[in-house]
Amino acid sequence: MTDISEIILSALLLIDLALVVSSRMLHCIKLAAMHGLLIGVFPLAMWDFSNGGMPHFGVWFVASVGVLLKGLLLPGLLRHAMDHAKVKRELEPLVGYVESLGIVLTLSALAFYFWIRGGVTPTGSPLLAAPVAFTTMIAGIFIIIARRKALTQVVGFLIFENGITVFGLGMAVECGLLVELGIMLDVLVLVFVMGIAMFHINREFSHINTDELTHLNEIDENDDSGESEVRI
Amino acid sequence: MNDALTNFLLWSGNMVLALVISPLLIGIINKTKAFFAGRQGPRLLQLYYDLAKLLKRSSVYSRSTSAVFRIAPCCVLAASCMMLLLLPAACVKSPFNFIGDMILFVYLAGIGRMLTVLAAMETASAFEGMGSSRECQFAILAEGVLLAVLAALVMLTREFSLSGCLVTLKLNAWLSGGTSLLFLAVAFYLVMLCENCRVPVDDPETHLELTMIHEAMILDNSGPDLALIHYAAALKLWVFLSFLASLILPDLGNWMVWEFVIYYALIFLLTISIGVVESVMARYRFRKVPQFLAGALAVALLAIVLAAVFGGNWTK
Repeated sequence: MTDISEIILSALLLIDLALVVSSRMLHCIKLAAMHGLLIGVFPLAMWDFSNGGMPHFGVWFVASVGVLLKGLLLPGLLRHAMDHAKVKRELEPLVGYVESLGIVLTLSALAFYFWIRGGVTPTGSPLLAAPVAFTTMIAGIFIIIARRKALTQVVGFLIFENGITVFGLGMAVECGLLVELGIMLDVLVLVFVMGIAMFHINREFSHINTDELTHLNEIDENDDSGESEVRI
Repeated sequence: MNDALTNFLLWSGNMVLALVISPLLIGIINKTKAFFAGRQGPRLLQLYYDLAKLLKRSSVYSRSTSAVFRIAPCCVLAASCMMLLLLPAACVKSPFNFIGDMILFVYLAGIGRMLTVLAAMETASAFEGMGSSRECQFAILAEGVLLAVLAALVMLTREFSLSGCLVTLKLNAWLSGGTSLLFLAVAFYLVMLCENCRVPVDDPETHLELTMIHEAMILDNSGPDLALIHYAAALKLWVFLSFLASLILPDLGNWMVWEFVIYYALIFLLTISIGVVESVMARYRFRKVPQFLAGALAVALLAIVLAAVFGGNWTK
């Protein structure tokens, strides 16, 4: 049977790919919000209604926190940061979109292959959970590496974290939910910190391109002193 | 009446219907677009009137063209018709199915395109050469997606003919692995937009503009030749829509009448959806189209991966 959970997992897979190829900041943030919403609903979809009756409080709690945090609050903050820092809307990718898609797709296929070959899925958890989780993490890390903007790096981190969540929820580890909440808090803090950092970056240098941070070096000016190799 | 004869009659009835009402699809798309734009729009049967008008005229041939230019429209139409012959009608297999006919299906689309391109190049117009170049550039990618979709279908159904693939998908295939099928349908929809020169790949309404692809190639065709090309394009649209409708439609067993009803309803709904897509989207710039097709390929490959995960336990 196709459960709702497997449909959600497939949708996550599609959103991962869409994120890797999307070239607009706002688009990225919207996709991340959709990603978060789906992850929020995921524990409810995983719940076996026919056997277990109504889900208990913990499941509702995790679901609502997921929807509110990952689906609404974090993307909202990102949007806010984007508007405030007056970010240019187009991403400047280090790796082209089609190439990114190829890389992520290859890694994703490998994740599927190795999981089907060697992985063990606990009974009752969807077959897709682990490979999709790995694909999501890969996509997240890839976005962190291959996109220059500070904002996209936050988005990448969010997606990466979503991947961990899918793994935790999908593998139905009992106390996985608790760990999740802890991690989610970390991310929240991270987004705040990044937001503040971005604001400062914006005020000082009027852009939020992390590559340019290397130019903070003073050695840049006195190149003739022969110390230029100190630059990172 | 025995079963085989009934099936044959049903299938040929569908074939005749396809030949008759395929120009209507273009009318539906245009009506949908007009509705979104708040206009009255052309009549639903406009393409029929256009075809009738064009057939009454005579063709004009440039001195630089040879016989290829003259036979190309006929061959394009023939290719579209042959694609139609390979397709099943709702739940009835095509009587002409054979193992591996899906490869023929892909290359029939290729032959039609090749002849259009050759004819366009013969006119020695720089404009048409440009259109041909673009058409080929995108066609290479679209063909890859089409083959990936077909490969995934073969993996799912373990059937090696087009009719077999599309007909044997049972209702529980959707229940047990609907996501993979959904991915396939999405990928096929995207490649359909490209193959039939619709927005966001090509805009069929841009005449004499630097952005057009398909329309640029047929600028020198006139009279009955142009009518044949327009008709072949409409037929090709029907072929792809029918493919998609049979892909979406599961085998309902004994409910054959309903199956046909749903099949036609799906075709018309998908036609309207093309109109909606054209109303809400702008054409992509050229750099973006390969990305669009790469995305479609990615979705098709994902479907293959999912098919490999769930194995082939989806059919009867």
